Amino acid sequence: MQNSLPELVKCDVFSLFNQMRSVSVDLNNDSSLLIDIPDALCERDKVKFTVHTKTTLNSFQKPEFSVPRQHEDFIWLHDTLVETEEYAGLIIPPAPPKPDFEGPREKMHKLGEGESTMTKEEYAKMKQELEAEYLAVFKKTVQVHEIFLQRLSSHPVFSKDRNFQIFLEYDQDLSVRRKNAKEFFGGFFKNMVKSADEVLISGIKDVDEFFEQEKTFLLDYFSKIKDATAKAEKMTRSHKNVADDYIHISATYSYLLICLHSLCVINAYRHLEKFSELLEKLRKVEGRVASDQELKLTELLRYYMRDIQAAKDLLYRRARALADYENSNKALDKARLKSKDIPQAEENQRQCLQKFDKLSESGKQELTSFKGRRVVAFRKNLIEMAELEIKHAKVRIKSAVCSEHNLFTHN
Amino acid sequence: MAASSERSPPPFPESEEQELEPDLEDEDSDEGADIFTGGMLSDVVMDPPLPTSASEPAKDIFSDAPADSFNDPLNKTSAEPEKTESTGLSKAQVVSLVDKAADDEDLFSDPLGESEDVSAEVHKASQNDVVSKADLFGDDDEEDLFKEPLGAVTKKPQVPLFTEEPNDIFTEAKAGSKAPSDLFTEETFTAPSAAAAAKPSVNTGSKTNGLHSDEEDLFAEATVELSLDSPHNDKRKREAAKPSVPASTLSSSASTSKPQPKTLEELEEEENEDKFDLNISVTNPEKVGDGMNAYMAYKVSTQTTLSMFRSKQFVVRRRFSDFLGLYEKLSEKHAQNGYIVPPPPEKSILGMTKVKVGKEDPSSAEFVERRRAALERYLQRVVCHPSLLQDPDVREFLEKEELPRAVGTQALSGAGFLKMINKATDAVSKMTIKMNESDVWFEEKLQEVESEDQQLRKLHAMVDSLVIHRKELSMNTAMFAKSVAMLGSSEDNTALSRALSQLAEVEDRIEQLHQDQASNDFFIFAELLADYIRLLGAVRACFDQRMKAWQRWQDAQNMLQKKRETEAKLLWANKPDKLQQAKDEIVEWEAKVSQYERDFERVSATVRKEVIRYEKEKTRDFKKQIIRYLESLLQSQQQLIKYWEAFLPEAKAIA
Repeated sequence: MQNSLPELVKCDVFSLFNQMRSVSVDLNNDSSLLIDIPDALCERDKVKFTVHTKTTLNSFQKPEFSVPRQHEDFIWLHDTLVETEEYAGLIIPPAPPKPDFEGPREKMHKLGEGESTMTKEEYAKMKQELEAEYLAVFKKTVQVHEIFLQRLSSHPVFSKDRNFQIFLEYDQDLSVRRKNAKEFFGGFFKNMVKSADEVLISGIKDVDEFFEQEKTFLLDYFSKIKDATAKAEKMTRSHKNVADDYIHISATYSYLLICLHSLCVINAYRHLEKFSELLEKLRKVEGRVASDQELKLTELLRYYMRDIQAAKDLLYRRARALADYENSNKALDKARLKSKDIPQAEENQRQCLQKFDKLSESGKQELTSFKGRRVVAFRKNLIEMAELEIKHAKVRIKSAVCSEHNLFTHN
Repeated sequence: MAASSERSPPPFPESEEQELEPDLEDEDSDEGADIFTGGMLSDVVMDPPLPTSASEPAKDIFSDAPADSFNDPLNKTSAEPEKTESTGLSKAQVVSLVDKAADDEDLFSDPLGESEDVSAEVHKASQNDVVSKADLFGDDDEEDLFKEPLGAVTKKPQVPLFTEEPNDIFTEAKAGSKAPSDLFTEETFTAPSAAAAAKPSVNTGSKTNGLHSDEEDLFAEATVELSLDSPHNDKRKREAAKPSVPASTLSSSASTSKPQPKTLEELEEEENEDKFDLNISVTNPEKVGDGMNAYMAYKVSTQTTLSMFRSKQFVVRRRFSDFLGLYEKLSEKHAQNGYIVPPPPEKSILGMTKVKVGKEDPSSAEFVERRRAALERYLQRVVCHPSLLQDPDVREFLEKEELPRAVGTQALSGAGFLKMINKATDAVSKMTIKMNESDVWFEEKLQEVESEDQQLRKLHAMVDSLVIHRKELSMNTAMFAKSVAMLGSSEDNTALSRALSQLAEVEDRIEQLHQDQASNDFFIFAELLADYIRLLGAVRACFDQRMKAWQRWQDAQNMLQKKRETEAKLLWANKPDKLQQAKDEIVEWEAKVSQYERDFERVSATVRKEVIRYEKEKTRDFKKQIIRYLESLLQSQQQLIKYWEAFLPEAKAIA
């Protein structure tokens, strides 16, 4: 069953898929490089994305092409970008999170275990609901990967990155080397150092007013948005629970009707039938509300949480560069004191300064544009969410009125 | 027989009444007397005194007769002949009639015609037109047959033409029953068995025909309701019958005929009336006393126009155990008769202890409110029940200023312990009784009740989990609202910051909506389901009562069988000294058997009526609650729309 689920889902993904493109980034409408993921295939734990590119740039051999890519390839691309010195002054778009189908899978498993305690109808509905959930997760996964590429393609610098172009164009499997254990732990260690550094840096007062402000803002904002994301996740999850309860209730109501064959009892429950229909409608709405909230709100928050992390990384790199510059200053002083290797130290100091200045400059630009992007994205999503909420509430009212009407006409 | 009993419903229901009148008016001048005698005859044939005591059953004639008379001619045909014989006193003629009737299954009018003949013979001395009347009936088709006697009986008191002639007949009949002339009394002795046999045959008839068509249902219901009312009528008639014979004949016949059409409507009306005439509310829960001796007292206010109460409006204070005490009293009196006595909410030691100890805990406040609402619904259910409303204890509970302290309602008292033991023994004996169910209706109903119970429990658990999840949702929404508010405060874009704090406010309000919705889920559905799970327990209890009554009857029958065997042995052994004693015992047990049988029939009828009533009430309750739920849903969704619509411009203002 666990394996059959993806196949089941796959076929409907893309009919719904295109309506759902929503998130959170405002991309400039530069048509010179257009990327989308029109198709994805789920094989066991791996998701294979088809990355489709349409371009007018000469640096590509063909104007249009598609390549198969896996999640690991995206991670590789992200890592190479992070490691590229030149991009230190840029906010590197956050890597898409690993496809995670554990949630729905686990639920599916539980459902399989509880099959005997449920009526057929109830089971079918639960399964349907789970499939929808799986579908939503799948769509979300595809979407975040797509957005990652789109952000790269819309960025003046990243769009010309060699590795990016290879990623888009190379029509064989990239077969990027998986990280081995050492690297993995190395990465882990690096992260540790980084977060320790971050703590240090956050303590140091920046000379530059803008960056100082930006730093306090981002640090504060990050903790808040992280909290808000967690809370929003919790909220959507409990909303889903409510929707699931509706399934059980409406199924039991209808089962109750089946059990009771006698005429008068059926009459007693006849409006329950109508009511069960209403509950069925409500559960669909409730499920929609939950997934819309998830998509418009939680995803937005989650994405910007990661984006802010990327911005923080930028600040971190700048702080590092600053520290390097200060070190090179010290080295220069030392060299001057010892009158040894002065030109070398001077050169080093000059380079560090240059690097730092460049980084500061592009960083300022990036952060400013990030701010604008964030505001626009929030605006778009909040408006959409409010509209959807209103729509759903109206649907609920409509079905309630409808079943009330039914109740009265029935008697 | 099957065919004829299927045809039998039409004569009875109210619908016929309108058609009857023209018929009657056409015929009353010349044939009215005959018709009347016909009607009376069937009465007399069918519902004579019981063998046990001649005086008591004599009243039964008038109480039972109308109820059964029009079914009985039919059912009588199906009555087993041996039953009639078993009384041992039946007149040969009647036996042969019954036999014949049983044989002539296809020709419905024939047996009836014959039965008229026979009864005509019975009354020949006093009535000369009988033969012509019998002819009249013989010529008519069955429907008319039934309409006319019915019409005659119901109409007679209003038609002045009748007054003289019927008087005679009636006095004759009355005289017959009073100073038993051989023919008549013997005749009457046969009939109870026929009537008794006829009653179960109503049931068995409904079994074979199935209760599934509406028509059949109606019929069954009608008979049940009527025969149930007989005890009430009985009283009235007893009083009415006392005056001098000539006067009483008319008045009693009037009283027999009048209540008939009424009872049906009465029942319908009663249910409607109750709702409007009696408004009970339980309010102002108040803690009285301190510590573990503290208890909750509630204000029970009644508004009524019913004349049975002293005033139109009164208020009393009652504590929880008083409610339990009322239930105890009611169930003691009524449960054994097959009534569904609405159960009060359970005692909750945990919840109450919390209330006793805790100061201002929201959960104990919820507990108190929940119990208050449950008590209110409980009382409303009690007074909605036409028979329970008549109970003096109910009136006392609602009206009397001071009520003696209810004893034995404490869960941990000696009485409570005794109750538990009783319940356990009941459960054991229930398991040991193997009832061979003669009536499919009851069998199916019981099955249904059981599966309904199971489903309702499941549903209740689910609604509970819905409530829990919604509460969680509301909590999480509140937390999210706080988070968003914080996020808004750190946002440096002013418009976005504003929008975020607006969002926080919206979410805050939504939290309230979720909370309201959760309490709606709870109070509208979870509590309704809990009530009905409790009520289903009472429904099952009334099925159990019926089973007990059956068991008693069976036991008595076995005993009678044994006594008969002893008699036979004694007869064989030729011991005349003990023979007389054995015979006396047989008579005694015969009386018991028929007494218990009647008890069983009565309980069965009550159970059936009660279950139907219960279902009607359930329909009403569920519908009411669903509508309430829908309305609350509508309201909360409208609120939701309002909130989001107010938010929308804020979101759009972000720049």
